[in-house]
Amino acid sequence: MLSLNHFLVLSGILFSIGTAGVFLRRNLITILLSIEIMLNAVNLTFVAVGRYRLIVDGQIITFFVMTVAAAEAAVGLALVIALFRHRETLSPDAFTMLKW
Amino acid sequence: MLLLIPLLPFLGFVINASLGQRLSKSVSGGLACLAMIAAFAVSVTSTIAMTQSSTHAVQQTVFTWIPSGDLQIPFALRVDPLSALMILIVTGIGALIHIYSTAYMHDETDGEFARYFSYLNLFAAFMLVLVLGSSFPVMFVGWEGVGLCSYLLIGFWFRKQSAADAGKKAFVVNRIGDFGFLLGMLLIFVTFGTLDFQEVAWNVTARAAEPALGGTVALATLLLFVGATGKSAQIPLYVWLPDAMEGPTPVSALIHAATMVTAGVYMIGRNAVLFSHAPGTLAIVAGIGIATALMAGTIGLVQNDIKRVLAYSTVSQLGYMFLAMGVSAYAAGIFHLYTHAFFKALLFLGSGAVIHALAGEQDIRNMGGLKNALPITYWTFLIGAIAIAGVPPLAGFFSKDEILFRTFASGHAILWTIGLITSLLTAIYMFRLVFLTFHGERRRAAHPEHPEEEEPAAHSGHAHSGGAHLHDAPPAMTIVLVVLAIGSVVAGFVGVPHAIGGSNRIEAFLEPSFEAHRTVAGEFGAAASRAPEARLELQVGDTAAQHAPAAEEVNERPELMLMAVSTGVAFAGIGIAVYFWLRHRTLADDMARRFRAVYTMLLNKYYVDEIYDAVIVQPVKQISVVLWKGFDAGLIDGAVNGVGEVVRAASGTLRRLQTGSIRTYAASLFLGVVLILGWYLSR
Repeated sequence: MLSLNHFLVLSGILFSIGTAGVFLRRNLITILLSIEIMLNAVNLTFVAVGRYRLIVDGQIITFFVMTVAAAEAAVGLALVIALFRHRETLSPDAFTMLKW
Repeated sequence: MLLLIPLLPFLGFVINASLGQRLSKSVSGGLACLAMIAAFAVSVTSTIAMTQSSTHAVQQTVFTWIPSGDLQIPFALRVDPLSALMILIVTGIGALIHIYSTAYMHDETDGEFARYFSYLNLFAAFMLVLVLGSSFPVMFVGWEGVGLCSYLLIGFWFRKQSAADAGKKAFVVNRIGDFGFLLGMLLIFVTFGTLDFQEVAWNVTARAAEPALGGTVALATLLLFVGATGKSAQIPLYVWLPDAMEGPTPVSALIHAATMVTAGVYMIGRNAVLFSHAPGTLAIVAGIGIATALMAGTIGLVQNDIKRVLAYSTVSQLGYMFLAMGVSAYAAGIFHLYTHAFFKALLFLGSGAVIHALAGEQDIRNMGGLKNALPITYWTFLIGAIAIAGVPPLAGFFSKDEILFRTFASGHAILWTIGLITSLLTAIYMFRLVFLTFHGERRRAAHPEHPEEEEPAAHSGHAHSGGAHLHDAPPAMTIVLVVLAIGSVVAGFVGVPHAIGGSNRIEAFLEPSFEAHRTVAGEFGAAASRAPEARLELQVGDTAAQHAPAAEEVNERPELMLMAVSTGVAFAGIGIAVYFWLRHRTLADDMARRFRAVYTMLLNKYYVDEIYDAVIVQPVKQISVVLWKGFDAGLIDGAVNGVGEVVRAASGTLRRLQTGSIRTYAASLFLGVVLILGWYLSR
């Protein structure tokens, strides 16, 4: 029997993988994918807790998150393409013009 | 109706100032003269209306000027005997000088000509507001306005450095006096709760006379007197008047001899009741007056600029007027003001005619022998000189003698003696001027010209070289000279003293102005019936006694004696002048050489300008430099710039946080979330 803790631990692991990806990868597309992993880790938590407490709120909010994630992916990829056309690279370290 | 009196010259100013560039000389000049003549006509009408009023005053409230709680100041004009006399002088003499100016200033361009007349008209308007104002603030409007016009007219030829400087000097020195006047005005409002002259006079009678300096009334009057010393060129603020001679000569005649400089005397006369309650101040007024009279008289002895001699003479005569005020002989002071307006205007305009004929020459050492070339100028000038010297029966005799008699009668024997000495000096320096200018041989180039001292009015056609071309001034100038000469002869007859069979009508005429009245004067034409019983006689000891006819009779013998003495002094002065400058011309130079120190001191005007420069101007300059470089540039600017520097330095440090790297931002975001979560969870 899977308990709530299993889901939470899995969610935590996924979130950590995502966070590590955001910090460590040097490709904007990969970073976007890592953010998706983080979002889905959160989704998993919502659904698990909703199921555990026998309420539908967790699933409802998950739909919202998925919608936002889809929009974010669309805008993010568009930005990435625009940036690539601009600099011929996808390394986030290349885009540091917005500083002092 | 009263409003018309200052309004007419003001309209003249508006038209000449706005359209003057496009008007021809005859139009702009004629307009200005017409405005003054019309104002004179209205003044005469108003004076007649005033004399028929039982209150001896006619008032017109134009509008409520400052309505502010307890402080209600209407812009009200009032004619009483004193201001009636003043408006007649200002508009009458003013109109004559306007006419004279049309010829004197004829060589200016059309625009300059109109500018000159616009200033002159504006001056007349302000002067009329000054004398007609029924309260201190209204008077102050005129007071400041005439100061402004004086500045504008002294610096009329502003392209000349010395003229511009003289204008500034006059303005700054006057401002010092005006500050005193303003403070005095405020003190009066605080003390009496009103600024109307009549109400102040009425309120002050309810107070006990203050014994010495230090009382409120004494302080207020002293502050007002500071204003008077500025405007009327008395010690210590007289220094601007001689320099004011940089202006056109008619301006010197109108503003710096006949009208504006008498404003201080008028102001004291207007507040006679107030000043009578401060004997300490009166003593100071008398002392300053006689000291100024003597000092200016001695300086006048040795000056070589024809206008400067007259300027010091003016300062000296103003000193006489203040002496009269100081011994509570208000009517005598105003009487002298009135006669002085005639003969001093005459003398200035006469000197203007000489300067005109000599193409701008002002140094009397380069004149001489003009008697035959300029007969009208000579004879009128001579009449003016005799009048100011105090020879009976010309105007100056009666007024000056009245002042000296009053001084003696009030027990100030020392002041009287000094007054007599000044009278001697007056006769000497006036006739020195006459003899050096008109008698003897024409001296040319004896002293090289000082271009900076000359009036730049290019009197074209009159070459310097040819004595043969010299001729009297154009009719517009000579007619005015003749009219003023007649005035100088007959003006005194309104004040023939009782002692020699006269009735001293001017004193009786002016009397109501120096008393406190309960009622406010009725509006134009409306006779206020309750005035007579509300009139209050002055209760200031011997002043009241002097005014009583009985006292006059008792004093008749000594008065006749004094009269004989002062007449003798006048003739003695003329005699000395004849001896020195007509018979033994070289003797004067010998005297100057023998008493070199005295002569140099007098020639340099007691070094007062230099002393002021060293004691006041330079320290103020140095303090200003310290304040400028130390306080302003150092402290104020330093604080402002310092704030900027601190912000810049702080920003320079903080901006390093803004790396632009998205990883750093993400890391700080993450760290922040972790910290906040950790804080919530660990609680």
